[in-house]
Amino acid sequence: MTVFKEQEYSKRFDFNLWKDLIGYMKPYRKLLILLGIVMIGVAGIDVAIPLMNRHAIDNYVIPKSLDGIWKFVLLYGILITVQAINIWLLIALAGKIQMGVAYDIRSYGFKRLQELSLSYYDTTPVGWIMARMTSDIRRLSEIISWGLVDSVWGTTMMIGIAAVMLKLNWKLALITLSVVPILVAISIYFQQKILKSYREVRKTNSRITGAFNEGIMGAKTTKTLVREKENLKEFQELTGKMKFASVRTAIFSSLFLPIVITLSSIGTGLALTFGGNAVLLERISYGTLVVFIGYSTQFFEPVRELARILAELQAAQASAERVLSLIKTEPDIEDKKDVIKKYGDFYIPKKDNWPKMIGDITFKDVSFSYKNGEKVLENFNIDIKAGETIALVGETGSGKSTIVNLACRFYEPTKGQILIDGTDYRERPLAWLHSNLGYVLQTPHLFSGTIKDNIRYGRLDATEVDIIRAAKLVNAHDFIMKLEKGYDTEVGEGGGKLSTGEKQLISFARAVIADPRIFVLDEATSSIDTETEEKIQDAIQKVLKGRTSFIIAHRLSTITKADRILVIRKGKIVEQGTHSELLKIGGYYYSLYTNQFKEEEKVII
Amino acid sequence: MKRLKLLLSFMKGNRLLYIGSIISIGLATLFSILSPLVLRLTVDSIIGDEPFDVPNWVSTLLSYIGNRDDLAQKLWVFGLAIVVFTLFRGLFLYYKGKWSAIASESIAKNIRERLYDHIQHLPYDYHVKVDTGDLLQRCTSDLETIRRFLAVQFVEIGRALFMLGFVTTVMVSLDIRMTLVAMAVIPIIFAFAVIFFMKVKRAFQLSDEAEASMSTVLQENLSGVRVVKAFGRQKYEIEKFDKKNREYRDLTYRLIRLLAAYWSSSDFICLLQIAAVLVVGVYWASIGRITLGTLLVFITYEGMLLWPVRQMGRILTDMGKALVSLERIQQILDEPIEKHEKHENKPEIKGNLEFKNVYFGYDKDSPVLKNITFKVEKGQTVAILGKTGSGKSSLVHLLARLYDYQRGSIKIDGVELKNIDKKWIRQNVGLVLQEPFLYSKTLRENIAISKPIDKESEVIEAAKAAAIHDSILEFEKGYNTPVGERGVTLSGGQKQRIAIARTIINNYPILIFDDSLSAVDTETDSKIRRTLKERNKDATTFIISHRVSTLAEADLILVLDKGRLVQKGTHDELIEQDGLYRNIWTIQSSLEKDYKYKIS
Repeated sequence: MTVFKEQEYSKRFDFNLWKDLIGYMKPYRKLLILLGIVMIGVAGIDVAIPLMNRHAIDNYVIPKSLDGIWKFVLLYGILITVQAINIWLLIALAGKIQMGVAYDIRSYGFKRLQELSLSYYDTTPVGWIMARMTSDIRRLSEIISWGLVDSVWGTTMMIGIAAVMLKLNWKLALITLSVVPILVAISIYFQQKILKSYREVRKTNSRITGAFNEGIMGAKTTKTLVREKENLKEFQELTGKMKFASVRTAIFSSLFLPIVITLSSIGTGLALTFGGNAVLLERISYGTLVVFIGYSTQFFEPVRELARILAELQAAQASAERVLSLIKTEPDIEDKKDVIKKYGDFYIPKKDNWPKMIGDITFKDVSFSYKNGEKVLENFNIDIKAGETIALVGETGSGKSTIVNLACRFYEPTKGQILIDGTDYRERPLAWLHSNLGYVLQTPHLFSGTIKDNIRYGRLDATEVDIIRAAKLVNAHDFIMKLEKGYDTEVGEGGGKLSTGEKQLISFARAVIADPRIFVLDEATSSIDTETEEKIQDAIQKVLKGRTSFIIAHRLSTITKADRILVIRKGKIVEQGTHSELLKIGGYYYSLYTNQFKEEEKVII
Repeated sequence: MKRLKLLLSFMKGNRLLYIGSIISIGLATLFSILSPLVLRLTVDSIIGDEPFDVPNWVSTLLSYIGNRDDLAQKLWVFGLAIVVFTLFRGLFLYYKGKWSAIASESIAKNIRERLYDHIQHLPYDYHVKVDTGDLLQRCTSDLETIRRFLAVQFVEIGRALFMLGFVTTVMVSLDIRMTLVAMAVIPIIFAFAVIFFMKVKRAFQLSDEAEASMSTVLQENLSGVRVVKAFGRQKYEIEKFDKKNREYRDLTYRLIRLLAAYWSSSDFICLLQIAAVLVVGVYWASIGRITLGTLLVFITYEGMLLWPVRQMGRILTDMGKALVSLERIQQILDEPIEKHEKHENKPEIKGNLEFKNVYFGYDKDSPVLKNITFKVEKGQTVAILGKTGSGKSSLVHLLARLYDYQRGSIKIDGVELKNIDKKWIRQNVGLVLQEPFLYSKTLRENIAISKPIDKESEVIEAAKAAAIHDSILEFEKGYNTPVGERGVTLSGGQKQRIAIARTIINNYPILIFDDSLSAVDTETDSKIRRTLKERNKDATTFIISHRVSTLAEADLILVLDKGRLVQKGTHDELIEQDGLYRNIWTIQSSLEKDYKYKIS
């Protein structure tokens, strides 16, 4: 019932942020320098080609002589060959940097995601993280690599053109370039406008996707409610908005180009008028006039590019902030430094130093509250002996899941201590506890891959014999063998091809192959067919034997067999004991039992 | 051909805009090729001393301004001409952009709405079977492919063709041999582009697939974070992800290198072409075959021509994608929608029902319901019991005409169900599905979704009757709490109760609960049922349930097995018969005994 609130992000240009991001380009420093040189080369040749034309006009066309033209041809040939090589280098280098940076940031992000505690996942939707890790990172890496390409090129080009013009004839240069300031201002204005309205388009587009999704997923419900007309009307509002926003964006861009080319044609006109005069007065050559006219149109391309990059950087700032905030989120639960030193961490565990776990668990004055201050447990005490099976019973929100999460160290107590085999578990590494933990979720989660892979997930060095033994123990072997490919059956994305019950059995096998000391079972309530249901019940009993176990119980048959039932209400144990003891008390458990559990006996159907 | 027809049908109402934008692009191109001609005239005959080589009307026009010497003093005339021509070019570019955007966005809007409406009118059965992810993909990314094709690429092709046509015409009129030089490489570049983009299709695909498979690993890791943590598999996961991340990087980089090879080599060909024009042009200009102005025109035109030609190679290969997308969308539109009879038979519905020898199957050869016969009076409660797959849901789905029975007859208040208007019957049958869907609106809007309400109290009363009012008030925003991805996540039981509330806010004469109280505890279940009876005594109610307490209170209990109605009667009658009902009852009783024994 948590509502995800996204942070507000600043709109102003944040230099520190980009500096941080540019830090991720450090490993590519050499490539970056090379790329910069290549880009200067590209711009240089782009500036030089009109000069070559000038040379040809002034030395061959006007004097009507071909003296030395072979040298000219050779030089021209060299220039275009170098340019072709430059283009190859620039795309390959920028691509290498782009993909490299994206790979690096993604790796950091993923590593961080593995370290973050459950509390992060409780408040952050998976979709949000996915968007940061895929499209945001893709966008950022594109902008920082290609943005660099274009800005080096654009700047060099502008400086080069201006310098050459000034050198050839500074007066004519100033006249021709007089439109540039307006060009710059207009370009910046329009690029911002275009991007802003484009963002609106994208936002509306994702709402349309959402509406389609709803229309498809809810089609059956829509039929029963006869809501087709209203739905269409609401949808039409969205598509209308989309059309409006898209057309507006298109109009902005269609307005921009005409203004820019008209402005640069004023530059051309000026060059022609004043340059032509200068030719008549023989102050400049024909070739120079041609160069000026050429440059006057060439100039607006880099201006436009630079304005675009500036706008894109601003737009991408939100992506950058979100990605960096993900990478920089500190995990709530981490091993202490001295613990890591002694026992190692997840990446390099020093297993030789790990003590053997027995399985006694003690909660000592444990309090726990969420970050928002909501108290769940207060001064909670319990002593669990190794091998005991504990069933937790209570309403949603009573705190029973929190107790289990604390025991697994998915959360840590805000006050008090949890002892495993007599030692505060914060003195031991997380990896140690988790490698001794078996965990079966209410809705089984399998990874894509084969059944074999999924069982092996519990113990990576398990042999085929181990896997089959584990599957047999939890009664999964028979149905697996009935599948066409047996243990090599692909379970598909999220395990789509198997029934929930079958998936549950595989997740049991996965847990049992790890031979854990502590076992947690968040019992499934979803309707499972009778046959599998029986198998699961049987599997549960086998799995729990000899292990300290927690069951968040929904089913009567599992509860009645527990060594101890804890009835939790508002973070407190209100009753505890065995099934028959609790029934005798005739308290809360009794009423829960009479109201609910007896009705859930639909096994016979 | 059929696909083009479909595209044309979507274009309806916007064809004029398209024609307008095509004309605009032609005019814009025309004006863009004028400026170099102005330059040629100025350089050759005003600044230089070549004779006028222009159509008569141009020289007549110029003579109004002055003779050649005057014109040389008034060079601004030519500068202005360039600006004016560019202004016109810009104007038509603007209209091209605006009109093609309006046209293509209208088409996209049309297709979107048609798809959406078509999908919600497809039969119930279609939605049961469809792969929702694939359907969504078609509605969004396939549509986007078509939109982009219409908005950008379609117009680009026009531009390239106009450019080619106009430029060639002018070039030929200036100098045929020079034209041959200038056009020498054009076909090669075009062919090169087409062949290249055909060849690298696979590389694009590989990169896309690698990204998708990386996303899958990420998605599974995130949604399975508890499993990863519980087994301490962080390191393993990092290695797994790293492999995919690396694959994606390498495959995409490979693609980029292919593109680098393409762009650099095609740039090289283009530059060679320009060099050829320059060198040959310089040679011919130096021997006086062509003027300097003509040379300048050829150089400028060459630059204008090369880019669209290269783009066209790419667009033509992309066109294949647009056609595939169009076909995928057409497949949806070709699915037949639910039939609505022409007659608008809307009899008043009170709730008396009669099933007579009803047969129904999703396909005709394997009936799911066989020979079902029973009768219900208005205001009665009918409970249905049976194993999974016994036909319980199918039976109630027939009542809302989500499916139609093949044999036998169902009469509602004496009128044959098949003859009653589909939407009308659904407006009179309140069906709460087993897994209800809530819209991403607020809780209030969800409850009031099927009925325009005048009073807030109606919503609250319905929520109270569905025993969800208190839970709603626990939310910070109460009834204004949004549901869905950006709002609260509701538990299964909460969802069911909201769905009940939105159904009972209407006083339907027939109410159906398709196992829709399964996630609610027994006490609440019976409370809801009691309130319902009080609210609307006359409603005929169908309840699919496994709960004995629910079943026992019904006026009529139907027991289904493999599509047959094996038992029907009241609790008292069925308890006397051997069968599923008594089985359940016995087991429940023995449980009762069992726990009474344990208490004592």
